[in-house]
Amino acid sequence: MEKLDILVTGVGGQGVVLASDIIGEAALAAGYDVKKTDTLGMAQRGGSVVSNVRIGPEVRSPMIKDGEVGLLLAFEKLEAARWSNYLRPDAIAIINDYEQPPLSVSLGQGKYPTDGEITTALKRRTNRIYFVDGNRLARELGNVRTVNILMLGCLSVFTPLDADVWKKCISQRMSEKLRDINLTAFGKGREEMENVRIK
Amino acid sequence: MKNNLQLLSGNEALALGAYHAGVRVATAYPGTPSTEILENMARFKDLYAEWSTNEKVAMEVAMGAAYTGTRAMVSMKHVGLNVASDPFMAASYTGIIGGLVIISADDPQIHSSQNEQDNRHYARLAKIPMLEPTDSQDAYELMHHAFNISEEFDTPVMLRSTTRISHSKSVVNVNRSRPAKNKPAAFYFNQQKFVMLPVYALPRHAIIEERIVKLAEYAEKFPLNRIIKGDSKLGIVASGIAYQYAREVFSEASFLKLAMTWPLPEKMIKNFAGSVERLIVVEELDPFLQQNIRAMGIEVIGKEFIPAVGELNTRIVAESSGIAGLLPDSEKDDILSPAEGLPRRPPLLCPGCPHTGIYFTLNTLGQRSKLVASKEPQEPKLVVTGDIGCYTLGTYPPLSALDTTACMGAGIGQALGMEKAGVKSKVVAIIGDSTFMHSGITGLVDAVYNDGHITIIILDNRTTAMTGHQEHPGTGISAQGQETSAVDIESLARGIGVKDIKVIDAFDTNALRESVKDSLDRPEVSVIIVRGACAMRVRKRENPRKVDVEKCTQCNYCLRLGCPAIQGTDDQVFIEPTLCAGDICGICEQICPQQAINI
Ligand SMILES: Cc1ncc(C[n+]2csc(CCOP(=O)(O)OP(=O)(O)O)c2C)c(N)n1
Repeated sequence: MEKLDILVTGVGGQGVVLASDIIGEAALAAGYDVKKTDTLGMAQRGGSVVSNVRIGPEVRSPMIKDGEVGLLLAFEKLEAARWSNYLRPDAIAIINDYEQPPLSVSLGQGKYPTDGEITTALKRRTNRIYFVDGNRLARELGNVRTVNILMLGCLSVFTPLDADVWKKCISQRMSEKLRDINLTAFGKGREEMENVRIK
Repeated sequence: MKNNLQLLSGNEALALGAYHAGVRVATAYPGTPSTEILENMARFKDLYAEWSTNEKVAMEVAMGAAYTGTRAMVSMKHVGLNVASDPFMAASYTGIIGGLVIISADDPQIHSSQNEQDNRHYARLAKIPMLEPTDSQDAYELMHHAFNISEEFDTPVMLRSTTRISHSKSVVNVNRSRPAKNKPAAFYFNQQKFVMLPVYALPRHAIIEERIVKLAEYAEKFPLNRIIKGDSKLGIVASGIAYQYAREVFSEASFLKLAMTWPLPEKMIKNFAGSVERLIVVEELDPFLQQNIRAMGIEVIGKEFIPAVGELNTRIVAESSGIAGLLPDSEKDDILSPAEGLPRRPPLLCPGCPHTGIYFTLNTLGQRSKLVASKEPQEPKLVVTGDIGCYTLGTYPPLSALDTTACMGAGIGQALGMEKAGVKSKVVAIIGDSTFMHSGITGLVDAVYNDGHITIIILDNRTTAMTGHQEHPGTGISAQGQETSAVDIESLARGIGVKDIKVIDAFDTNALRESVKDSLDRPEVSVIIVRGACAMRVRKRENPRKVDVEKCTQCNYCLRLGCPAIQGTDDQVFIEPTLCAGDICGICEQICPQQAINI
C-alpha cells in the first residue's frame, strides 16, 4: 500500500477519537508508519470533532491535505458534508445515517441540509457513498454507544488490515464489560458493508 | 533494548520521556494543549505530581524541588508562561541543581486559547536553551537530552510543543527505562546562588551570559540538530511541526532540522547556508529563526511568503511557496471549496450545565439580547466582565452574557476599573472556581481593600471543566487522586472581608434572580457563589423533561436558554430525551411561562 489518508468525523461525545485511535493502533500493529491528529474545538461536548489518520510506509504531516482523503468515516451526516472538499476523487465515504441538528438550527438561524444536499456536496468528488443506519443497528445490539465501533467495522473492509488485527486492537481498548458487545458491533459493521457492496 | 514501538501523542511521549529521565516532581496548571502531560505523569506512582494553583506556583514548586538535586518538570500552556514569567526569569538566574525542564505548549491557530503568542521568544529573553520536537519520537528523545543539558549547564531548559505536536500521535520507539532510585533530596546552603539580592544577582547575570555562550557551542554538536542532504538548489531550515510540512512539500530539498532552537548553532547554519544556492526558513508564527539567522549576516527568506498568522499545514506551505516561485504552480489545480451554507456547530454549554441558569438570569435582568440586536453600540444596563473557562461560552447567543474576556482572573479587576472610572451601569464579574483559585483571589482582595461596589459571581462547579475536569484546590482531591484539604471559597471570601456572601443553588432560577438583584443594589463588594456540579460528572439522568404540546404556545422562551437538548427544528419545540439532564437541572421547567414543561 502506498498510503491511506482517513478522516473520521462526528459530534463531541460520539467516540470519534477512540475510533481513530484504534485505526492508528491497528495500522501500527500491521507494520505501517502512522500519524494521527484530533481537532476537538474548544469544549468537550456538542462541537464538531475531526480526526486525521495517515497510514503508509513513511508519514510526515499528521494532517491530511485537502483533496487527499481516501476514506471518510462520518458518524453524523452534516459533519460528512462539512469535509466533502477534503476527499480525493473516487474516495469512499461511509456515513452514519443520523442527524443531530446544531443549536443554530434549533434556534431557526440555520437550516440542516437535506440528504440530497449532503450527497450533492460529496458527489463533487465521489459516487462511492455508503449510508449506514448505524444508530439503529447499534441500538438493536443493545448499546447505541457502540455505533463508533460498528462504523469502524464498516470502514475496516476497505483497508488492507486483517480483521484479526482490528479485533485485537479493539479488545485492548475496551474494558472487560464492554469488550464483547463492541466486538459484536464491529462484526455487524463488516457484515453490513458486505451487504451494501453486493447491492 | 529491543524495538518497542508505541503510538503515542506528543504529550504522552513527553511524559514518558520525563519518567524515563528520572523526574521525581512534576507540576502543572491545566491548559490546552498541555494538560495531558501532567495527567500522564500523575499515573506514575513513584513520583510526586501536583495540580498547582496556577502556573507561577507550579514553576516555584518545581524550582524548589530542583534546588534539592531532584529532577523536576513543570508544564503549562503558552499563556501560562506569562503568569509564571517572574519565577521563570529567576530560575534562569539561580540555575538549578537537579535538572529542571519547563514545557510550554503553544497554540498556533488559537484552537483553545486567547492568543497565539510565540513562546520561543521567552527562551531568548531568559537566556536558556530551548528544544522543539517535530513528532512524538523527538518529544520522547528530547526529554532525555533536556535533563542532561539542564544539569550539565546549570540551567532550566525550555521545551516547546505546539497543539499539533501535543495532540498528534505518532510512532515512538520506547527504548529507555526508569533509572534506579537516585540520591535522596538534599538542599545545601548557597546564598550566592539562591538568594537573588542585588549583590548576588549581578554576578549571576555574568554567569548566565557565559552560560549561553557555552550552550551555543554545545548546540553545534547537539546530536538532534541534523543536516539532511538533498538537492543543493534549495536549503530549508525548519523546526517543530513546520519541519514535517516542509519535508512533505519539498521532498528533494536539503534540510537543516533544528531540535535546539535557542541558542542557535551559528557555524552549522553558516555551513549549511554555504552548501545550498538558496536558503529559506519554514516556521510557524513569528520569524524567530529567520531574524536570528539574518542577524548572523546570512541571506535568508521565509515570512515574506509563509504566513505569520495561524497554524501551517502542507497546503499552506505548498501554496505560499508556489507564489514565491519556489515550487511549480501545479499545486493549485484540483482544490474544491467547502460545501456552502452548512450550519456551524460551535461548542456549547451542555444540557444540565450549572452555568446556564445564572447566564439566563444575567441575560434577562440586563436585557442583553437587545444589545446584540441593536445596530448602534449600547451601554449595557448591566456590564458583565468575564473570564476564561467553559462559562466563556455564555458569550454566544442566545445567552450573550459576557462583555469582556482577556486572560484568567482579569474580570474582577476590570469590573472594579469600570466602576472606579464611573460607568453608569452596574458591574458584575463572573469567574469559575478554578479560575478564582488561579488568579481571582488577588482581584477580590483589591476590590475589598479599595471599597468597590461590584458583584462577583463565582461559578462553583467543583472542577476545572474546560480542560477536561482536573481537580483544583476547591475540590480537595490531588492530581494523584488522594484526599487533601479543600479550600473553602466562602470562608476565604469572608476572611478577605466580604460581608455580603450568598451561596445559591445553580438550578434555582428564582433564587439566582433575587440574589443578583439584591447584591447589585448594595454599596459594597458582594460575592455570589453559584453552586452546582458539572453536568458531565453527573451520571444519574432521571426524568428527562417533556413539552406538553397542549399547553405549549410556541413562544420559544425556553430556546433562550441555549440548551442543546431543547430543539426547535419544526414548529413545535421538543426536548431530546437522550440529551436532557432531567432531575439534576429542571431550569426549562422553571422558566416556561405556560408551565408547559414537566416530567
Ligand atoms: C494562564 C492560563 N492558564 C490556563 C488556561 C487554560 N484554562 C482556561 S480556563 C481554565 C479553567 C477553567 O476552570 P473553571 O474556572 O473552574 O471553569 P469551568 O471550565 O469549570 O466552567 C483553564 C485551565 C488559560 N487560558 N490561561
